[in-house]
Formats: sequence, C-alpha cells, structure tokens
Amino acid sequence: MLQLEKISKRFGGLPALEDVSFHVPRGQVTALIGPNGAGKSTLINCISGVLQPTEGQVSFAGRQITGQPAHQIARFGIARTFQNLKLFPRLTVLDNVLTGMTCEGGRSMCMAMLRLPYLRHRERRLRLRAMEALDRFDLTEKANWPAEVLAYGDKKRVELARATVGNPQLILLDEPVAGLNAEETSAVGDQLRRLRLAGYTLLLVEHDMDLVMEIADKVVVLDSGRCIATGTPDEVRRNPLVLEAYLGRMDATA
Amino acid sequence: MNGRQKILYFLYLHRTGLAVTALSLTLLVYPLFQDNPYNLGLSNLIAIHAIVVLGLNLFVGYAGQISLGHAAFFGLGAYGSAIGCVTLGLPPWPTMLAVALLVALVALLIGVPALRLSGHYLAMATLGCNIVVHTVMLQWDEVTGGPSGFSGIPPLAFGSFAFDDEVSFHYLVWSFALISLLLCLNLVRSGVGRGLAALAGDETAAEALGVDTRRAKVKVFVLSAAMASLAGSLFAHCYGFVSPDSFGIFTSADMVIMVVIGGMGSVWGSLFGAGFITLLPEWMDVFEAYKDFVHGGILVLVLMFLPQGLITGLLEQIKIKVALRRRKDAAA
Ligand SMILES: Nc1ncnc2c1ncn2[C@@H]1O[C@H](COP(=O)(O)OP(=O)(O)OP(=O)(O)O)[C@@H](O)[C@H]1O
Ligand SMILES: [Mg+2]
Repeated sequence: MLQLEKISKRFGGLPALEDVSFHVPRGQVTALIGPNGAGKSTLINCISGVLQPTEGQVSFAGRQITGQPAHQIARFGIARTFQNLKLFPRLTVLDNVLTGMTCEGGRSMCMAMLRLPYLRHRERRLRLRAMEALDRFDLTEKANWPAEVLAYGDKKRVELARATVGNPQLILLDEPVAGLNAEETSAVGDQLRRLRLAGYTLLLVEHDMDLVMEIADKVVVLDSGRCIATGTPDEVRRNPLVLEAYLGRMDATA
Repeated sequence: MNGRQKILYFLYLHRTGLAVTALSLTLLVYPLFQDNPYNLGLSNLIAIHAIVVLGLNLFVGYAGQISLGHAAFFGLGAYGSAIGCVTLGLPPWPTMLAVALLVALVALLIGVPALRLSGHYLAMATLGCNIVVHTVMLQWDEVTGGPSGFSGIPPLAFGSFAFDDEVSFHYLVWSFALISLLLCLNLVRSGVGRGLAALAGDETAAEALGVDTRRAKVKVFVLSAAMASLAGSLFAHCYGFVSPDSFGIFTSADMVIMVVIGGMGSVWGSLFGAGFITLLPEWMDVFEAYKDFVHGGILVLVLMFLPQGLITGLLEQIKIKVALRRRKDAAA
C-alpha cells in the first residue's frame, strides 16, 4: 500500500532520517516505534507532505507521491493526526470533524456561494456522517462546544474523529494515546481495533508498548533516524538490537 | 417535541435565512420612514462600505491574511467606471462588470507573488500597492483629473429609470450589499468555507486535510478585490464625482478597522463594523479632526484585548464561558 524507499531527511546537514525503507501492507496496522528523537514524527511529516524528504521515494497505491504538496497527498486518501494537537480552537467540535471531509465538500468557490440544492443535500449528508463519527467517539453532547474548551483527552479524540471521518485509505497516527489516562487509552485502543476490523490501513506511532504489541500486525523500529528492525511484534520483542537500543533505554527511563 | 420546541427548532434551523429576510424587509420599508436625504446618504455609504468589508473580512477572517491596500481596489473600481463611462463613453453596467474583472486580474497578478509573504510583509506589500495606485490617481492628470478629482459620472440606469436620488440609490446599493451578504453567508457555510476557516486556524493542519492553502488565499484575495471594485463603481455612479482622497491608505486602514470591529470571520459583524465606523464621525463631531487617532486607538485597544475582533471576540468569550460551565456541570 505505502512503500518507503531509502528516505533520508536532513535538517541543515543534521540527519534526522537515514535510508529508511519499509512497506505498510494494506488492511493492517503497522506500528512505528523508537526512542524520543528517533525521527518518527519527521517520517510521518515526510509521508504526508508536510516536509519533503531530502532523498528517497514514497509511493502510495502504486503512485509516486514524493514531492507532491500536502493537500494533494491528502486528496489521494492519506489522513493524519498530529503529535502536538492541531485542532481549530475557534471552530465547534462538529465543525472540526467536518473539516475532515474537506475533500468531499466541493472545491468550487462559485458553487459554494450560490449554495445550489445539490450542495445543500451534500452538506446535510456530511453533517450526518460527522455526527456519527462524534457518536463513535462519545462526543455527541459536546458537538457544539468550541474545541478550545475541551479537556486534553477529548481533543485527542476529536482529532482522531477528524482523521477517520473522511474514510481515508491510510491513516497516519502520531501518538494517539500520549498523555491520556489508562481509561482513555483503552477507549482509544478499542477505536483503533475497530478501525482495523473495518479494514483500514494504519501507520501508528506510539510509545505505549502494551498497545503496540497488542494491536500491531507489523512493527518497524527506528533509532537515531535508522530503521533497525522490522517484523511481527514477537520478532521485534526478541530482537537483541531492539532490546539494546530501545527497550533497554525505555526501561531505564520508565 | 412539543409545539413550542418545534417552532424554536424551526427558527434555529433557518436562522440565517430568516435574519436575511428580516433585514431585507427592514431595508425595503426604511425610505418610507426616513426621508431625510442626509440620513439616507449615510445609510447608502454604509452599504457601499459593507460590500468592501464583507470581501475583506473573508480575506482577513477566513483566509487569515492581512491587506492594507483594499482602498486601491475600491479606487480602481471607481476610477475604472468613471473613465470607462465618461472618457470612453461605454455603457455603465457592462463597464462596471468589465472593470471588476480587470481589477480581479490585477489582484491575481499582485496576489500570486504577494501571498507567498505573510504577516507584516504582506501588510507592507499591499500598503505599497495602495500608495502606488493613489499616486497614479494624483499624478496622471490627463486621465484621472489629478488632485481635483473626476466629475460628471452619469448615474446608473435601467432604460429611462435612472438611479439619481437618495431613495433610488438606497434600493440600488442595498440590493448589491444584500446579495454580497447572502453570497458570503453561503460561502462560509459550505465545505469550501470550512476549508478557509481551517486555513485561518492552522495552515499545516488545513493542508493535511486537503486544502490547497496557497490557491485558496489567492482566490479569496481576488474575490475580495472584485467586491471592492464593484463597491467602487457604485460609489462613483452614486456621487457622480471621485477624487483620490477617498482612496488613500487611511481609507484602507478604516476598512481593516471595520473588519476588526465586526470581528474576524464574522459575516454579520462586517455589516455592523461598516455601520459603526461610517456613523462614528456623526456621533462625535468634536473628533472630526482627530478621526485617524480615534480609529487607530480603537484598533489598538480591540486587538490588544480581543484579538479576534470586537463582536466575535465578545461572543466567543461568552460561548467559552457557557461551555466551560457546562463542562463543570457535566463533571460534577
Ligand atoms: N524542523 C526541524 N528542524 C530541525 N531539526 C528537527 C526538526 N524537526 C525535528 N528535528 C530533529 O529531528 C530529530 C527527530 O525528531 P522527531 O520529532 O521526528 O522525533 P520523534 O521520533 O517523533 O520523537 P518523539 O518520540 O519525541 O516524538 C530530532 O533530533 C529533532 O531535534
Ligand atoms: Mg514525535
């Protein structure tokens, strides 16, 4: 589905990613793990077009997407969340989720200004779908609240709702449960499992090992910008390189 | 749902349409109660300003950009219509349309490079354009009439019916203003409008959701310039006279202040802002000489305490208070 080939990214000479290659299979959950500063968010940014890789190629569903602008990549069907939440604080929760379907809302400004009946119907359908998504994430009562007053956990869920509501083909999740308490984490875990059952393809960046080991089909380990291991959760867990470079250090800090 | 709730829900569901209808009806009967030409003239000026401010507010409040040069587009529209109708002897309506298209083209040519800039740089670039346009109006005597202005612009007309007194202006300019209002309301309630709101909120996030931010900014800029140009043409035909004084950088600043008073991204607020700043000198004769200071002071105060603009800022504060209270209730 998504194929990365020798992705390198340097920030003014400092390498953040070096020759990262792996494949995200369709309909599976691929987890991307690694210690802080390993380059996980940078990689997500390179895939989604927020950053351009210095070298290497990304292809998605058989199409080269390297060098395409971010909005174009979004239109190919890749949605994402951000590690440091990027909600629109002034919009309501419902409108925030509706922005997740921008690609389906029509592009023509003239048509929008005339608000022809077909657009009105479409708008009503989108609204229903957004309400459904809010319902799934248990946010229905808060639909009309401005997003900025939500608690952190709710904001995370709104972002997840926004990323999934447009039925994207691939969802890039940058630490969806970071900062959540145990209860919220398990609720988000349920959502991720549900997405997986529904056949979505996920690329999940996460520090929560229990969650990763439980729902991932495939794990990719980054360390200092290099891909040091790929495999099933069990293989990775037993890989001595990973134990040394990653889990050992995690234990020391945890 | 009982009957009362049903009615309330109906009102809520159709609030925009109902509000526009109510406003239209009020404006329809307004001249019956108000026959003082001076007051009608003021309300006509509000309508003309409102058209510019509606467009500018889309650009400032929705596309999240800043322009200190909209008086230039306003002035190009006015001078375009004047030169087209008088010097070239073209019919007024088509001239108005052609001038708006030309101004849109000019905005496109300015917008594509200028909108790569942001913040202060964009403000400076648009301000510079305004100064250039203003200087040309002042200096190019043979075409623009120079500092003494351009007079003898014919009124707009349908057949033998000419819009040449305050009452007929009233219906003309407010029709344009209401249509602009309606188009803007439609735009912001659409998927495209949400894309623009996203763009104003966070460009990276908007891109990731599929909004072509650069293109969207240019489109809104061009739209707002075309609206300013139409308002300028109306201005020229209504007063029959234009002079460079009306299109200087202080006019641009006033337009921005109208946006700020109404609130960034508030369509209804644009009407209020246009009305408030147009009427302000009427209420405070003393301040006539210090108009620019008063306006500047308002601008600084509002932006310091309510960066989203006066009306939207206040409304948002209330909304947040209410939501926070509900959040606390829910937690308790
Ligand atoms: N815009 C930037 N400019 C310069 N350096 C950057 C930039 N973004 C990231 N880096 C550097 O790249 C490296 C990788 O950062 P990245 O955010 O991708 O790590 P991460 O794996 O997501 O870490 P975390 O688990 O803390 O989120 C870090 O050393 C960081 O300092
Ligand atoms: Mg990160």
